[in-house]
Amino acid sequence: MENRMKLEFLSKSANEGFARAAVAAFVSQLDPTLEELADIKTAVSEAVTNAIVHGYGHPDGIVTITCELLQTQVKIKITDCGQGIEDIALATQPLYTRSPDAERSGMGFTVMETFMDSMVVESTLGQGTIVTLTKEIGTIS
Amino acid sequence: MEIALTLNQRTLIVSLSGELDHHGAEQIRTLIERAITEKDVKNLIFDFSALSFMDSSGIGMIIGRYKLIKSIGGGVALVCTNPRMKKLVTMSGLSRLISVYSTVDQALSEVKGA
Ligand SMILES: Nc1ncnc2c1ncn2[C@@H]1O[C@H](COP(=O)(O)OP(=O)(O)OP(=O)(O)O)[C@@H](O)[C@H]1O
Ligand SMILES: [Mg+2]
Repeated sequence: MENRMKLEFLSKSANEGFARAAVAAFVSQLDPTLEELADIKTAVSEAVTNAIVHGYGHPDGIVTITCELLQTQVKIKITDCGQGIEDIALATQPLYTRSPDAERSGMGFTVMETFMDSMVVESTLGQGTIVTLTKEIGTIS
Repeated sequence: MEIALTLNQRTLIVSLSGELDHHGAEQIRTLIERAITEKDVKNLIFDFSALSFMDSSGIGMIIGRYKLIKSIGGGVALVCTNPRMKKLVTMSGLSRLISVYSTVDQALSEVKGA
């Protein structure tokens, strides 16, 4: 199976549910288990929320998701052109959050890492952030 | 996401169904804050047994309410059976702050006894 899709939407929190549902619907072509689908939905929700809350912090930005299916692998890229991350090593540490008063637990990146097979974060200050997530479907790991 | 608020003496039970994310967390926060000031609430129970999805925004929302209830001397409990949500609760350290139960009745007897 080889397939690809691209999704663009405004950085409004109301789009968080739409984004993870759309990715889940697309990935369904690989016939994932409910568990695998829930893992992917959770990871996408984390990355999209980060793009909306931290990347932009306003509802006029564009969040882009591309999703590729390659045989049994899913590769999802979540991109924002927001403020970027200064120190990626620090930001990806469990429980690290820039905004504890805003009731964030600092678990987003840890959740993505735990629920997916791999996570790569690329970011440039003032230009934006790309989070790439991959997962093998239908293989018992 | 659907929200149902039930008051049992001074314990507010917040029952959610559907999906809880950052968008939904903002709505719940406002509703709970209002109920606490208007209804003299002391304890809080989050009933997530009918919730089908939650991400880390749910954890942040609970921690925020926990701090508030703590400051007025009350207790907070979580009712949750979904393994993935329980994993999130453990991973985040939330399970060290509040107890997790499988039924609302268990949670009620716990927060009222405290
Ligand atoms: N797309 C992004 N643009 C800019 N900064 C980001 C982005 N994603 C994450 N960050 C930074 O990395 C930190 C850690 O992100 P993470 O998702 O792990 O935790 P959080 O969003 O703060 O809390 P939670 O996800 O638990 O609600 C954030 O506080 C923020 O400073
Ligand atoms: Mg986050």
